[in-house]
Amino acid sequence: MSLLRITDLTVGFDTDDGLVQAVKGISLELAEGEILALCGESGCGKSVTAMSVPRLLPPETTRLSGSIELDGRELTELPESQLRRIRGKDVSVVFQEPMTSLNPSFTVGYQIAEVLRRHEGLSRRAARDRAVELLELVGIPLPARRVKEYPHQLSGGMRQRVMIAIAVACSPRVLIADEPTTALDVTIQAGVLDVFRDLRDRLGTAVILITHDLGVVADIADRAVVMYAGRAVEQAPVDELFARPRHPYTLGLMRALPSAAVNGRLAEIPGLVPSPLSDPDECAFHARCPRAQADCVLKRPELVRQADEHLAACFHPGGPS
Amino acid sequence: MTEAPAPPSAAEAPPRRGAARAWRRFRRRPMPMTGLVLVAGFLLLAIAGPLATGDPAAQDYAATLAPPSGAHPLGTDDLGRDALARVAHGAQVSLQAGVLSTLLAMAAGIPIGLVAGFYRRWLDPVVMRLVDVTLAFPFLVFAVGLAAIIGPSLKGVVLALGFSQLPAVIRITRGEVLSIREMDYVSAAVADGASDGYIMLRYVLPNCAAPLIVQATVAIPAAIIGEATLSFLGLGVQPPTPSWGVMLTTAQQYLDVAPWLAIWPGLMIALATLGFNLLGDGLRDVLDPRSGR
Amino acid sequence: MNVLEINDLVKHYGQVRAVDGLSLSVGQGEVLGLVGESGSGKSTVGKCVLRLTEPTSGSIRLGGADITHLSRRAMRPLRRDVHMVFQDPYSSLNPRFTIERIVAEPLLRHGIARGRAAGERVAAMLEQVGLRPEMRSRYPHELSGGQRQRVGLARALILEPKLVVADEPVSALDVSVQASVLNLITDLQREMGFSCLFVTHDLSVVEFLADRVAVMYLGRIVESGPTARIFAEPRHPYTQALLSAAPVADPVRQRERRRIVLGGDVPSPVDPPSGCRFHTRCPLAYEECRTREPVLADPREGGHPVACHLVTADHTPDATAAR
Repeated sequence: MSLLRITDLTVGFDTDDGLVQAVKGISLELAEGEILALCGESGCGKSVTAMSVPRLLPPETTRLSGSIELDGRELTELPESQLRRIRGKDVSVVFQEPMTSLNPSFTVGYQIAEVLRRHEGLSRRAARDRAVELLELVGIPLPARRVKEYPHQLSGGMRQRVMIAIAVACSPRVLIADEPTTALDVTIQAGVLDVFRDLRDRLGTAVILITHDLGVVADIADRAVVMYAGRAVEQAPVDELFARPRHPYTLGLMRALPSAAVNGRLAEIPGLVPSPLSDPDECAFHARCPRAQADCVLKRPELVRQADEHLAACFHPGGPS
Repeated sequence: MTEAPAPPSAAEAPPRRGAARAWRRFRRRPMPMTGLVLVAGFLLLAIAGPLATGDPAAQDYAATLAPPSGAHPLGTDDLGRDALARVAHGAQVSLQAGVLSTLLAMAAGIPIGLVAGFYRRWLDPVVMRLVDVTLAFPFLVFAVGLAAIIGPSLKGVVLALGFSQLPAVIRITRGEVLSIREMDYVSAAVADGASDGYIMLRYVLPNCAAPLIVQATVAIPAAIIGEATLSFLGLGVQPPTPSWGVMLTTAQQYLDVAPWLAIWPGLMIALATLGFNLLGDGLRDVLDPRSGR
Repeated sequence: MNVLEINDLVKHYGQVRAVDGLSLSVGQGEVLGLVGESGSGKSTVGKCVLRLTEPTSGSIRLGGADITHLSRRAMRPLRRDVHMVFQDPYSSLNPRFTIERIVAEPLLRHGIARGRAAGERVAAMLEQVGLRPEMRSRYPHELSGGQRQRVGLARALILEPKLVVADEPVSALDVSVQASVLNLITDLQREMGFSCLFVTHDLSVVEFLADRVAVMYLGRIVESGPTARIFAEPRHPYTQALLSAAPVADPVRQRERRRIVLGGDVPSPVDPPSGCRFHTRCPLAYEECRTREPVLADPREGGHPVACHLVTADHTPDATAAR
């Protein structure tokens, strides 16, 4: 049975321009110990999808429907007070910006211990000892000394490791990592990604990794969901996805990478993302798609099985042509 | 850990025009709209009121300290002058004091703040120390001194209030300039070989406008209260010129027999001040992308 | 003659030794990729070349003219020949100007064209960067990130400069937008023939468009050479680490790669390590690295310059083999 099951999730935001549909009916599952990548470009709804799980969205303006089940327990109907108990304990989050996510006025040890005392009811002493263990777990050298330091004394990579330590302090079932390495240098990124891999191997933590970087997806994810304009357009185990991308958007993203240049040119994806204010019953990608045909504007393609465990939402799927 | 991600906007979908958008965001909020209505009412009273009402100095000895009636909707004061006419003319004085002192402070403070922020190496420390000195100088002592030199008058009030606002205007301008001069578009202008004066006028100053507009909506009500205070103390506008402050001075002698004399100017000061402050908060929200959504 | 010639450049911001003895040159029509991680000082080099900041010491020559300590007035005529493209498409355009005015600014500042003539040149330039003419009357906030970056390019190129300094011009863009801007830069560079100092942290972008690469670490260049050579046979352990750390978008290949995970963090540029600045993180460092500073030189005939004690005439270190 899957650990997390999202069914037909729709998330909209009230704005001055009207209702902006950020996520338009997405379904996905996450298994225990799995690293699932949610990828796509800015505005595709990948962060909103993931943040819907702990409901870290502005409550006054968010319109959310669909179902989110964690271990068989429906989260969308839980009141805020109960969700608070789930956040940080069953589901925790690592944000992109390690500079602003830590409180500058407290030592990192205190900030880790605080989570442990709140959720696990540990004593001050026990929490402090556990904080040292956690820093060691995320690969911070000299953890006994580092717990006493303040965030500004740590580098960006170290801060991100501290954020991960806080996130995994209560052994969450699901860890949501929102572009966790985007603000970091490549030589630091590799080490941080290793931490996620290690946590999964040692603690069995399931990870939802939100990223725009296909290299990161290839490096660490087991399975990936490619999103476009609020919907999943393709979903497959990474080996399969990179070997045989079915959706023209996925293929377009792969070919647009500078490393995929052919004869000194990159494959562009022409045109713009459609407006999030309207949602006609057609393929959202058709205007930019090299394979688009008449049927693409008649009806929206559903996400359907193309091969074993490989789903794509396209009337004209195929491998690289 | 509980901060929410901002609602997404399609990064590649061009946004709409700023002013129209800001107005639509503004219009949907009840508090700023209340402020706007109050300020509009105040402006109407100050501009059209004196024309519509009679002579504020005309004395009617038959009706001194009269309660509100058909002839005098707001009653009369100790000399039988119409309170409505005096409130309307007082609004004019308040508006003059508020707007002129703020304009004065802006006219002097913006250039100083602009130059100080732009030449932050050598000019800024000097200017900021001077600002500190100004801030340390008690406002009332300054106003008394000024009244002693040029005589108590609206001119003195405007000068004193303008001067007291100066440090805030300099600080706000300077702070904004310090952040704007780090923008890449300023670097681009430098790389084009643009002169300092040109960069300050065309690149830096226009982008400082939003916080200064907000500052004006805070400064004007403060100046309205300031004028009333100074006039109440006899350091500002002199009788028989009607000013809300002067009216309050008179009213305090007759609080038990003619309480309306204190209520009207007091209520006016409160409403005008509240209006500007609500408007200012609303403007801050829609003009400053850093606060809220 | 080289379009840009930098010799022993030093730029200290107070205690911070952002650039600490750097030399490089960019030839006619050449694209030099200046690669480094945050804190390497790569952006400071670009700022010094544009004289947005005054170098502490060393020399910068633009087309033969020494601009290191020129006054702003003396610098002004030379600014025709060098322009800059910035990283952030949201802060690099004056929000109060129309697109036409933004692109026309260099023409106006240098008194080259005004009024109608300027308008025509702007229209032609906008077309060249792939923007429709009706964009002229728009304001920056009405444009998408990719469109803004095209405006930035139009502005930098309208005077047909000899040198363009591009500081991470595509890093803030989505992959699909980035691809079209990179193609555009390549096309424009071929058509107009300008030289380019391309500052970036992204190796794949450098591999795509640079003729030559210079790798920076803590204010210095550790290795430089033709792009193909650097990518095929990196000699400095840091270059090797950098190349191995960037994940490739292919899970099968990615699993087979031998990665070098560097220990620790980039040391502070306030107090750079003694000897070789990379020794604190280098998996191959030995005693000499801690005490003696390596010089950027080519120990082998026909190789490329590298600053590492381990690179000798007959030996190239292999950081992937360590640990």
